[in-house]
Amino acid sequence: MHTATGATGAPVIEARGVTRRFGDVTALDEVDLVVEPGELVGLLGPNGAGKTTLLSLVTGQRRPDAGVVRLFGGDPRDPRSRTGLGTTPQETGLPPTLRVAEVVEFVARHYPDPRPTGALLDEFGLGPLARRQTGGLSGGEKRRLAVALALVGNPALVVLDEPTTGLDVDGRHALWEALLAYHASGGTLVLTSHYLEEVQTLARRVVVVDRGRVLADDTLEAVLERVALRRVSFRLPEASLDGAHAHARLAALPGVADAALDGDRVDVLASDADAVVRGLVTTGVPFRDLDVQRASLEEAFLSLTRDHAVEEVAA
Amino acid sequence: MSALALTWHHTRFQLLETVRVPIAVVGTMVFPALALVFFVLPQRAVAQDPASATAAVAQLALFAAMSTFTFTYGAGVAEDRALPFDAYVRTLPAGPGARLGGRVLSGLVLGLASLVPLVLIGWLFTAADPTPGRLGLGAVAVLVSATPFLLLGLAIGYGLSTKAALAVAQVVLFPLAFAGGLFLPPQMFPAWLDTLSRLLPSRAGRDVVHWVLGGPGSGQAVVVLVAWTLVLGVLAVAAYRRDEGRRFR
Repeated sequence: MHTATGATGAPVIEARGVTRRFGDVTALDEVDLVVEPGELVGLLGPNGAGKTTLLSLVTGQRRPDAGVVRLFGGDPRDPRSRTGLGTTPQETGLPPTLRVAEVVEFVARHYPDPRPTGALLDEFGLGPLARRQTGGLSGGEKRRLAVALALVGNPALVVLDEPTTGLDVDGRHALWEALLAYHASGGTLVLTSHYLEEVQTLARRVVVVDRGRVLADDTLEAVLERVALRRVSFRLPEASLDGAHAHARLAALPGVADAALDGDRVDVLASDADAVVRGLVTTGVPFRDLDVQRASLEEAFLSLTRDHAVEEVAA
Repeated sequence: MSALALTWHHTRFQLLETVRVPIAVVGTMVFPALALVFFVLPQRAVAQDPASATAAVAQLALFAAMSTFTFTYGAGVAEDRALPFDAYVRTLPAGPGARLGGRVLSGLVLGLASLVPLVLIGWLFTAADPTPGRLGLGAVAVLVSATPFLLLGLAIGYGLSTKAALAVAQVVLFPLAFAGGLFLPPQMFPAWLDTLSRLLPSRAGRDVVHWVLGGPGSGQAVVVLVAWTLVLGVLAVAAYRRDEGRRFR
């Protein structure tokens, strides 16, 4: 059983109408997010979307300009509210002169019921490195230690910002296993990631954030469907090139989310690739080198974001 | 874990981190001792007179403590704030008391350590010969008198970025030390500078230390020192409250 803190029955995270500005930039714009005990939430969005800012409010590092953030029913800036919270240093920044076991111990002392240092290090394959100074660790070892620090206090909630960036495939899978084991034991997990595979493996619920707003908040399957775009690419013969005209015609095809011309190369992001190809054939455009691929998560986001921006201009 | 135990825990780790780079500690310990060797020992009139020698050692001790405080807190805290680990520590279930307390205590320990070689050389090679009680009292007076600089350092460290903090610490420390009579005796100051000097924390600290060690004293120095301690204390707390780590997302 994990350490329970705060009012019983309160959501683990509760953010209502949260706004946070940095100078002229609005990082978060009236965001609502409620996370209940035992949930596994993936926070997705392009760089600068506001994910990290949202997490920094939840972990008590910053104050919102407007709105309310609650952690286990209390103010995250009150240390007592953070007794059940585990998180990691960003960019795997660890004090370079301290030894691995010393860093774990330093963090463990802050919690009422920490995991034994030795067992935790073994679980993350860091046992033999306990006496090594963190400055001498490889990138992957630092990453593992950073995630281990999130779990050392037996937290009821773990918040991870890009937990596996820079890890090789094996390292990533090992970390996923540790995180899934944590969730299976009743823990609540909120993470941000750039890897579609990571989100698919770990998250049960996905929240898409961009420009400080929540664009989608749904089950993994529902969100994946929304962002599951195909990329249809082909080439046009020199003779038929008339940039603006071709672009207008392509954009008007059914199922097109976005179209881009680069020389004789055309990239179409399609919500319905079948419809696009059918339309392409009937328009009689003399295309060649046709290729249809699954669009990357980033491309999918960009198209979702662009729709959002267009709505905004129209409004 | 109680707040006191946690403060001690933070102190221990800050000292451990510092000691792992021994050259940093050695530097703060060697500098004031070298100043004594180069600037005081060659002056027989000062080095051979018990009262003057004691005053000279005490004054160097005060300058050493002032500069340790201004730099470890000013530049050191600003540097720490820019590190991701500092932002991480803010998410741990510990209030600001443990972190600030740990910084102050580890700074005091380092400040005291920086005085050891200085006092040893003063004891061995000059006529300064204070009783153990005087020595202890003098050390406490030095640390208390340097406290406004500890708070100034914290205000700089929490208020400014790393580069600005280093520059401001330098710009503030040396003129204050000079105008406070730590490099040249205030007796050599023109009247206007002496008047100004009496309002500075560095001069007040110097006068209090001299007073404790048996020199002439004045209540004004104590008042000025307390006033600066309060003002800079308020400034340090304000800078700490305003701070949210690095100023970008």
